[in-house]
Amino acid sequence: MKEGYKVIYKKPSLLLDKRMHYCPGCMHSTVHKLLMEVVEELGIQNETIGVCPVGCSVFAYDYMNIDMQEAAHGRAAAIATAIKRVLPSKYVFSYQGDGDLAAIGTAETLHACNRGEKFLFIFINNGIYGMTGGQMAPTTLEGQVTATTPYGRDVTKVGWPLKMAEMVSTLPGVAYAERLSCWTPASARKAKQSLLKAFEIQKQGLGTVFLEFASNCPSGWKCSPVKSLEWIKDQMLPYYPLGVYKDVTKKD
Amino acid sequence: MADVKFMKGNEALAEAAIRAGMHAYFGYPITPQSEVIEYLAREEPKHKYVLLQAESEVASINMVYGAAGAGARVMTSTSSPGYSLMQEGVSYIACAELPCVLYNAQRGGPGLGTIQASQADYFQAVKGGGHGDYRLIVLAPNSVQEMVDHTVLAFDLADKYCNPALILADGATGQMMEKVTLPDPKEWRPTEDSRSEKPWATMGKTDDRERNIISSLYIESNDMEQKNHKLQAKYAEIEANEVRYEEYKLNDAEIVITAFGLSSRIAKKVVDIAREQGIKMGLLRPITLWPFPKDRFDKLAADPKVKFFISLEMSVGQMIEDVKLVVSGRKPVHFYGRTGGIIPTSEEVLNEVKKHI
Repeated sequence: MKEGYKVIYKKPSLLLDKRMHYCPGCMHSTVHKLLMEVVEELGIQNETIGVCPVGCSVFAYDYMNIDMQEAAHGRAAAIATAIKRVLPSKYVFSYQGDGDLAAIGTAETLHACNRGEKFLFIFINNGIYGMTGGQMAPTTLEGQVTATTPYGRDVTKVGWPLKMAEMVSTLPGVAYAERLSCWTPASARKAKQSLLKAFEIQKQGLGTVFLEFASNCPSGWKCSPVKSLEWIKDQMLPYYPLGVYKDVTKKD
Repeated sequence: MADVKFMKGNEALAEAAIRAGMHAYFGYPITPQSEVIEYLAREEPKHKYVLLQAESEVASINMVYGAAGAGARVMTSTSSPGYSLMQEGVSYIACAELPCVLYNAQRGGPGLGTIQASQADYFQAVKGGGHGDYRLIVLAPNSVQEMVDHTVLAFDLADKYCNPALILADGATGQMMEKVTLPDPKEWRPTEDSRSEKPWATMGKTDDRERNIISSLYIESNDMEQKNHKLQAKYAEIEANEVRYEEYKLNDAEIVITAFGLSSRIAKKVVDIAREQGIKMGLLRPITLWPFPKDRFDKLAADPKVKFFISLEMSVGQMIEDVKLVVSGRKPVHFYGRTGGIIPTSEEVLNEVKKHI
């Protein structure tokens, strides 16, 4: 270290030195980093097992220096359920996109939440199928143009965008449900606090924790990273409001 | 003193799984094997295994993936349509090389079909079922005793080869009651205690090793091909070591009847009746449907005494294709089968045999 300099920021050591495959500006990398920061700060690298999905974050295990399992499309919640059940003293999370969690895997998601499975859902909702080339997701907004809704999502034909955080918050098994984002530095810092809380709730075994990230997809949305953040604010957040939908640790 | 009981096939299988030290069972009820999960639910308070009724067979098989990947001795059970639902997961488990035990109590298909016994899932069991080049170790019990023995064996073979092992029985073998000798229970240890035996499992990283990853993803073509070579080498080893079959009165046999599972019991009776009538008949019963007892069939095909083979199956003829592959035109291979849950009688089988003499 040069004299007069001090370290004010560094990437978490649990985030491996591997070039990420994510597109420039994609929020997956931010959430990966926050997640590994939290695991590192809590000192639970050896106690944490992650499950990654099929979707853009299919290679998440390449970047996180913890034991991980790669799930079949939509089945991360079933796999996380089993890992947590056979290794109840470990911390378990599933990391899933909108197609994985809210389309092909809706049944697994809802039933895991309803059973109060004691693991953490990290749900990246960017309203589009990034990996397969920008097709409609269950969370695509009304009127949003995608490869399979070239004239905009017609909700009378294909249904309405699913509000997962709100949905799962109605289930008794869920201990904590929140919608977050990382679209500004402040929101990213806030997200980290929620991740810390999520692991604390898991430690206490209070129930399922569901963290939904209103996220971006510059490639799928066909805009610059900066524009994609504006789009989150202007288009996504009005329909997907940020906030805590359930928190059993809060006494009324 | 031996632990002898009078038990239903499905319940005996469940009890055997407990005694084999099973850590976890995930399943979805489906006739004719729901007794497995019901029995495990009744016995649960006395034991430490994880039991979960999943929301679907799709969830069950993926829970099996997760638990197996975390190092647990894990099982699921189902019947034909449910087993079809599981096939994607089975393919992933085979590729990720995870040990687990699967039980399919076959019922008549295709489609929703019937809940009566059938053997029409042979192709699905031994030729893949799911996508890609993979094999399961497939055991075909023909009695309640073998439901027990094969369950214990299936757990051991699965662990030995890091491969799913399938018990392919049928609705009747699952439902019938017979006398059974149960094995001594294995001492149950928590999943985490098998760290040293399963150093690849995701039980949480330790400081002395790199992180473990359970995956069936090989995005680079060369990696995928290498993986396939590795799997094929393992399958060759299983074929060399794990073939199991039963033979009955084959020494001087001129007619070889072959059958597995439930129909092999009928075939055995047919052999006895035929012998009483002076017909020199013998039975070759594959116990492992994969690996298939190719060498024994090959020897019989080359034996000048043997005039023909007949395959007896509760299907329109599936195993017969493997018999024909080995016999390779050296001898005629005939077929008799019933479907729809109809169990053939020894009389109708013998009549069919006589047509070819």
